[in-house]
Amino acid sequence: MSVSDKEVEVIAEKALQIRETIIEMLVAAGSGHTAGPLGMADIFAAFYFHILKHDPKNPAWEERDRMFLSNGHITPVRYAAMAHAGYFPVEECLTLRKFGTRLQGHPERERLPGVETTSGPLGSGLGQAAGYAYGARMDGKKFRVYGLMSDGEQDAGATWEAAMFAGANKLSNLTAVMDRNNIQINGMTENVMPLENIAKKYEAFNWHVIEVDGHNIEAFCDAVDEAKAIYEKPTIIIAHTIPGKGIKEIEFDYRWHGAPPGKGPTDKIPAEKQGEYFLKELRTLRGKIKSEHE
Amino acid sequence: MLNPAVKLASNIFDKPEQKPTRDGFGEGLIEAGEKDKRVVALCADLAESTRMLPFKEKWPKRYVELGVAEQNLATVASGLANYGKIPFIASYATFSPGRNNEQIRTNICINNVPVKIVGSHAGVSVGPDGATHQALEDMALMRVLPRMTVISPCDSEEARKATLAAAAHNGPVYLRLAREKTPVMTTAATPFELGKAQVMWQPQDKRKNPDVAVFATGPLVHNALVAAKTLEEKFAIVVINIHTVKPLDTKTVTQWSKKAGAVVTVEEHQIAGGLGSAIAEVLAAQAPVPQEFIGVKDQFGQSGEPGELIAHYGMDVPHITAAITKVVKRKK
Repeated sequence: MSVSDKEVEVIAEKALQIRETIIEMLVAAGSGHTAGPLGMADIFAAFYFHILKHDPKNPAWEERDRMFLSNGHITPVRYAAMAHAGYFPVEECLTLRKFGTRLQGHPERERLPGVETTSGPLGSGLGQAAGYAYGARMDGKKFRVYGLMSDGEQDAGATWEAAMFAGANKLSNLTAVMDRNNIQINGMTENVMPLENIAKKYEAFNWHVIEVDGHNIEAFCDAVDEAKAIYEKPTIIIAHTIPGKGIKEIEFDYRWHGAPPGKGPTDKIPAEKQGEYFLKELRTLRGKIKSEHE
Repeated sequence: MLNPAVKLASNIFDKPEQKPTRDGFGEGLIEAGEKDKRVVALCADLAESTRMLPFKEKWPKRYVELGVAEQNLATVASGLANYGKIPFIASYATFSPGRNNEQIRTNICINNVPVKIVGSHAGVSVGPDGATHQALEDMALMRVLPRMTVISPCDSEEARKATLAAAAHNGPVYLRLAREKTPVMTTAATPFELGKAQVMWQPQDKRKNPDVAVFATGPLVHNALVAAKTLEEKFAIVVINIHTVKPLDTKTVTQWSKKAGAVVTVEEHQIAGGLGSAIAEVLAAQAPVPQEFIGVKDQFGQSGEPGELIAHYGMDVPHITAAITKVVKRKK
């Protein structure tokens, strides 16, 4: 199902709303990750407002597509996308990481309906998604399984055990998405532990590989469609994204991996002004696309 | 005397049948698979020695091969369980739950999905393979995980029943198995209930309080029974089989510990973190009594024959009788 220009416009607008909510929730939480969630906002908007077969009012719907998030630390983007899609009130996002919340710092399956699995420890999401896809295929289920992961967790051997398993078993009902933003906690991925040529590595493990600009919503949706047409292999979409996308002071800066607004690097914006400044920047950007009275 | 209520084998002290607990698992897995189509088997390149092979041959489509990849074994199983299957995952206990401990913690226990972890080749009785393949800390690793049930069957027949109970239990389970042939003590008629400890040996005069309560788990239950029989004329002894190490049957443990006033624990595992520790945790709070620990004392195993290793590490019958004698003395 290709995506129309009108739909792309709606998804882009949703992505901006999601980014605003991410900043608001991180400011309220006082901890959490900023760069990854902002960088994946376009892809999560595409999933929740176009790609996924799902029902926010019935998260346990049998025939829903399943989305596994391996790098659980970017869960603010998932929570924000779910809230805007109608799973729960957007205001609940402000409970992120607080005592008693359903929105745990790293997501837990049993706490929040719609979260398919518990994740955070890196390198475990692809194998879980592969196991789920394997079980679904045994029973001839038609839904698709999506496994989202980071590039940093390609360092983990467990990721490659899972890649080998999915390739060997030709799990064509599984589509993996790698957030290729080139940063991890200790620096740039190619300095910490070089990953390239990552596409060739997956090809060698019997995967169909598609590389896209992760901020080009149409291209990303097309890649997801292409994956559905590949029957002999699992597909991985390597989505090249800009960490911190949408806020130029955060973009490309690995120091924002694990810092929330208010506790990030202060060489550009003073700590106490970061939250307010970033929201203003996002709202201005939003103003360029829609009427400022929106 | 043997407790007639648990219907133990009549030849228990006279050339009992010898069979490894892993065999009972293999039989139980087939039965569980027949009872419930959701049961699937996953293995990390050890189908024959973990006794998963008959299941694979019977239902090749319900068998999933992972290769030598224990982290992925636990992780793929968590996905299958999340989907709705009941996965049994088998390897050697040193690798699963040894190597893949974090995957079990996060993907299985925090996730709360019903994966059954089957760790074979536990204990020094693995023998010639040596320390690398002799799991002595697996119960400790599994016992500290919330939501995990830990079962350590005493013989092949009990392992068969434990496998069926594990399949029926809606939660994560660790099932501890041994490589070596060991005496078959229980029979098809012996009751088995998860979490329920079993009196196997009791004083002749049931009204009299015993001098000592021996809590044993795994195939060493047989050594504990032989020790009790050896000391029959000297002490009134109760021997209790703790097949479910977690959740521990605290009611039975405290009841008999209070009656006896002295306790010996027996396990083929590090003393730190195993059955003895679990019982000491309960007794320290609820019924403090002298306790002696039979188990491995902060050492690794080594190559050798099973019998000589059990003796070397202090878990044979003479060590158990000595511990019983010592703990009774400590009461005074």
